[in-house]
Amino acid sequence: MSPFSYARPTAVQEAVQLAGPHARFIAGGTNLIDLMKENVERPQRLIDITGLPLHEVADTVDGGLLIGALVSNSDLAWHPRVQHDYPLLAQAILAGASPQLRNMATTGGNLLQRTRCLYFYDTATPCNKREPGSGCSARQGLNRNHAILGASEHCIATHPSDMCVALAALQAQVHVAGPQGARQIAFADFHRLPGDQPQRDNVLADNELITAIELPAEGFAAHSHYLKVRDRESYAFALVSVAAALDIDGHVIRQARIALGGVAHKPWRNPDAEAVLIGKPATAANFRLAADLLLDGADGQGRNNFKIPLARQAVVRALTDAAQAMEAA
Amino acid sequence: MTTTPAADGDELFALHTLRLNINGEQRRIQVHAWTTLLDMLREQLQLTGSKKGCDHGQCGACTVLLDGKRINSCLTLAVMHDGAELTTIEGVADGEALHPLQRAFIKHDAFQCGYCTPGQICSALAMAGENHAHSRADIREQMSGNLCRCGAYNNILDAIEDALPACRGELETSAPALGKRGSAA
Repeated sequence: MSPFSYARPTAVQEAVQLAGPHARFIAGGTNLIDLMKENVERPQRLIDITGLPLHEVADTVDGGLLIGALVSNSDLAWHPRVQHDYPLLAQAILAGASPQLRNMATTGGNLLQRTRCLYFYDTATPCNKREPGSGCSARQGLNRNHAILGASEHCIATHPSDMCVALAALQAQVHVAGPQGARQIAFADFHRLPGDQPQRDNVLADNELITAIELPAEGFAAHSHYLKVRDRESYAFALVSVAAALDIDGHVIRQARIALGGVAHKPWRNPDAEAVLIGKPATAANFRLAADLLLDGADGQGRNNFKIPLARQAVVRALTDAAQAMEAA
Repeated sequence: MTTTPAADGDELFALHTLRLNINGEQRRIQVHAWTTLLDMLREQLQLTGSKKGCDHGQCGACTVLLDGKRINSCLTLAVMHDGAELTTIEGVADGEALHPLQRAFIKHDAFQCGYCTPGQICSALAMAGENHAHSRADIREQMSGNLCRCGAYNNILDAIEDALPACRGELETSAPALGKRGSAA
């Protein structure tokens, strides 16, 4: 690890004033420390934000939930309101990492974790995300884990988070503080597609800090399911994952949310795939229509072509399980 | 925490003085900002029970209890934990009396080379406190952050399953120190 200076502010405004292009915020550190060991990240200053007052989970006035950025993944997954009202989020969090890592990792940090693309980690190879303009090694390389949707000629990396897939489906809001004050970002607008700037994973400025994630009241507790498909039963990143949530009135779908993980630079949604289910019965045939729309335009890189039919089938299965969730419970 | 600048005044090389309670003992220690908790334990305090397996948070051999919660000590900086309470494998037994988990690991032959064992035991100890493991399948899932390259998983599972009731009993009857290991939200 390269040497760096260390600061531990106690107020949000103090933290954002210390920030800048050569500084990094640190909380759980489960990804950042690893990247620093590999010399992928070499910040000159670490700003330890664990002393900031962002550790609370609070009910909002409209029945939602405001989750402080420093709440650990474990505490959030086992929080009684998350277990009861947002089981999709609890399932997604518990599908990721290990208990040790979930005890360390924070809510805000989960959004900011970097891709696990092998070439991003390997400083001996070109990577446009790590070294803009150097090229993408993954396009002709080992790309079994890479994107099938929304990729560009510059980058085919995927976002590794499970939690974010559920937050996308739940339409969370990201609360952010910066030197100019606070703002809120809709979850769908938070992460970026790579385009010609794959070095930018999201829309945050260098001196902006995530302070909280807000969940709306609608948690789809009766009919939701997080399905994660991976190479081994536990403790592995998703090849494909699906956060599926339905609001069903009798036999008719009133509202549908489908987000895919492991397939793109951000959790993948398509409004058309959700709209096609509205007013229809929860049948496999209708779920297949939604899956086809969600996978519209999917393109493999060779070694990851298998993800396209896998994702299509995973969507149908997740929606089927979501539709049956309440009966099974 | 106090910070002492390096002799040449370069803040990058400043030393940070921490106070930590490690296995019930109050310790004062100086670290550089980049020293991981694992390196501090092993290199500076000679507590070499916690192992450096992968050094990337993938194997769990470095698992310790930080304020009662299991973490990978290789993926956190010591400087961030001034005032914390740490339990390492060296603090699990009560003097010469082995902890029920340690006895169970011997009884069930739950290791071959033994390198992952300190992490396995610390992880299982914390898992007992979390109280989310109610079946053999739960134990497998919740111990998935601890790899064993010898493949002693079946015996590890037997040992933990055997010791869990005793661990929980101990948590209920004892000790503020052990009681604090619960991390249920």
